[in-house]
Amino acid sequence: MSTISPPSRAGSGPWRLARAELRRRPSVKVSLVVVTLFAVMAVAAPLLSALGGWGPEEFDKSAVDPYLGGLPVGPLGGVSAEHWLGVEPVTGRDLFARVVHGAQVSLLIAFAATAIVVVAGTAAGIAAGYFGGRTDSALSRLMDLTMSFPSLIFMIATMSVARDVNRIVLMTLVIGLFGWPGIARVVRGQTLSLKHREYVDAARVGGSGPWRILTREILPGVAGPVIAYTTLIVPGMIATEAALSYLGVGVRPPTPSWGQMIAESVAFHDTDPTYFVVPSLCLFLTVLAFTLLGDALRDILDPRGSRA
Amino acid sequence: MILYLARRLLGVVAVLVAIAAVTFTIFYVLPSDPAAAACGKSCSAERLEAIRAHMGLDQPLWRQFADFTTGILTGRTIGSGPYALNCDFPCLGYSYENSQPVWDLLVDRLPVSASLALGAAALWLLLGLSAGVAAALRKDSLTDRVLMVGAVAAASLPVYFTSVMLIYGLIRVAGLLPYPQYTPFGADPLGWAANLLLPWLALAILYAAMYARQSRSSMIETMAEPYIRTARAKGLPRRTVVVKHGLRAGMTPVLTLFGMDLGGLLAGAVITESIFGLPGVGRLFYGALSTGDQPVILGVTLLAATFIVVANLAVDLLYAVVDPRVRY
Repeated sequence: MSTISPPSRAGSGPWRLARAELRRRPSVKVSLVVVTLFAVMAVAAPLLSALGGWGPEEFDKSAVDPYLGGLPVGPLGGVSAEHWLGVEPVTGRDLFARVVHGAQVSLLIAFAATAIVVVAGTAAGIAAGYFGGRTDSALSRLMDLTMSFPSLIFMIATMSVARDVNRIVLMTLVIGLFGWPGIARVVRGQTLSLKHREYVDAARVGGSGPWRILTREILPGVAGPVIAYTTLIVPGMIATEAALSYLGVGVRPPTPSWGQMIAESVAFHDTDPTYFVVPSLCLFLTVLAFTLLGDALRDILDPRGSRA
Repeated sequence: MILYLARRLLGVVAVLVAIAAVTFTIFYVLPSDPAAAACGKSCSAERLEAIRAHMGLDQPLWRQFADFTTGILTGRTIGSGPYALNCDFPCLGYSYENSQPVWDLLVDRLPVSASLALGAAALWLLLGLSAGVAAALRKDSLTDRVLMVGAVAAASLPVYFTSVMLIYGLIRVAGLLPYPQYTPFGADPLGWAANLLLPWLALAILYAAMYARQSRSSMIETMAEPYIRTARAKGLPRRTVVVKHGLRAGMTPVLTLFGMDLGGLLAGAVITESIFGLPGVGRLFYGALSTGDQPVILGVTLLAATFIVVANLAVDLLYAVVDPRVRY
C-alpha cells in the first residue's frame, strides 16, 4: 500500500487507471475471489451437486438418526465422504447440494433485481437531470414517494397475498421496485453537472439529438458512479431476498434459498450447529465481499464520493 | 417557515393518500378474496354474497377506497341493517380474525415496538456515531482500520443470525440475561430495560455498523472543508472545532438516514420482534400474514408509511437547527 507508483504510461485511460488502483488493494483481491467462487457455485449448481452425488431435494433417511429426533448421524452434522457439508436434520437432504442450489436462487434474484434497479434508476436519473423542468419534478416526486414506502413491510405484504405466480419473478420485481430512487438521485446529480460541459455543448451544436447526447455523451460520464453503486446495491438485494425467504414469504420449499435454509435451521442452532452455520456463513461472506468490492469501486470511480 | 411547513404537510398528506391507494389496489388486484377468507371453510354461496355486501366488496374499487379514506378521517358505519358495525374515528376496519378494530390493535401493540425502536436507536446512535467520528478523526490509523473492518463485518450479518447468536451466547451459555418477556415501562422500568436489552443489542449492532460507516465518511468530508481550517487557524481548541463546527454539519446525512430508519422501525421490526417473541406491531403484522387478515396488513402498512413520512418531515425541520446554513 505504501508504494504508490504514478501512472506511468502516457495515454492511460480512466478505466486502466481504475484497474491499476483496484489491483493494489488486498481487500479487492480477496472479495473478488469470494464473489467469483459463489458466482461459479451458483451457475454450476446442477453440475456441482451431481458431482457430490445428491440432488437438493433428495432425501437420505440413512444419514439421520430417527432415535435422536432426526439429528444427522456422525460428527459435525453428518459431514462425511458421502455428504460433504453434512445433511439436514429429519429429512437427510444433502447440505452441500442445497447450499449450492440456494446460491443459485439467492444470487439470481439479487442480480436480476439489481439489474432492474440500475436500468430504471439510471434511466430516470438521466432523464430527470437532462430534461429538467416538469420531467424532473415529476420524476423527483416519484422518487420521494417510492422512498416513503415502508419497503420491507410492503414487500412482505405483497409477497404474502400473491398466490399463483412465479415467486422468483415476483420477488425480483417487488425487490427491484423499491431500489431505484437511490441510484436515480446519484445519476441525476451527476447528469446535472455534466449537461453543460463543453463537450456536451459541442455535440449539441454539432446537431446531435437528445437520444444521441444521452447515450453517447452523458451515459459514459455517469458510468463510473453507476458501476460503483451497482456493486453496493447487490449486498442489500441479497440481504432483502434472504430476509423475505427467512420470513417464509419468499421462494417456497422445497426450492432452497439461503434465507429460507437459515429460517429452517434456527431451531437446530445448538443441536446441529453445522446446519445453522453453513447457510449463514454463505450469506455473510457474499454480502461482505460485495460490500468491500463496492467500497473500493466507489472510492476509485466516484469522484464526489468520500475518498476514504 | 410557516409557508414551508404548510406546503410540506400538504405533501405528507398527498404521499399518504398515494401509498394508501397503491396498497389498497394491490390487495384487490392480486388474486385473493377477503370475503372468502372472512367466511371460512364451510361457506355457502348466499353467505359469501352477504359478507361481500357487508364488507362493501360489491362496490367498485374507487368507491371502496373512498369509503376507506372517509373512515380514517371521520369514522364510518360498515354494512347496513342489523349487522351494521359502527367504526369510530380513525377507522381502519375490523380484523377478520378476531373482529377487533384494527386501530385498537395497533394502539395496543405500539408501545412494544416503540420501546424496541427507541431503545435500539439510542444504543446504535451512541455506538455508531462515536465509532464513526473516532475513526474519522484518526483516519488511516490502526483504530480506524479496526473499527471499519468491524463495522463492515457487522453490517453484513443478518439480524436473525445476530439475534440467535446473542440468545445462545448470553442466555443459554452465559445465563446473563432472562429470555425476553415484554414488561411495560409503567409497571417496572428496570424489568422493561432488562427484558429489552437483548433485542436492542441485536438491532443496534446492525444499525451501529451502518451509522459508523456513514458518519465516518461524512465527518471526513466535513473536516476537509475550508471553514474547519479557518476555525483551526483562528486558534480554537480541537475539541470545539470537532464538536461545534464539524459534528453539526457532518451529522446532516446521518440525520436523514436516522429519520428513515427510526420511522421504519417504529411501526414494528418484523424479524426482531418475531425472534424475541415481542408482542409488537411487527408480530401483529407477521401473524396477520399467515391468516390473510387484510385490514390488519393494510393498517400496519399505513402506520409504517405515516411514521416514515412524519419522521422525514421532522428531520427536514431539524436540519435548520443542526446546520445553521439551512434556512426555510
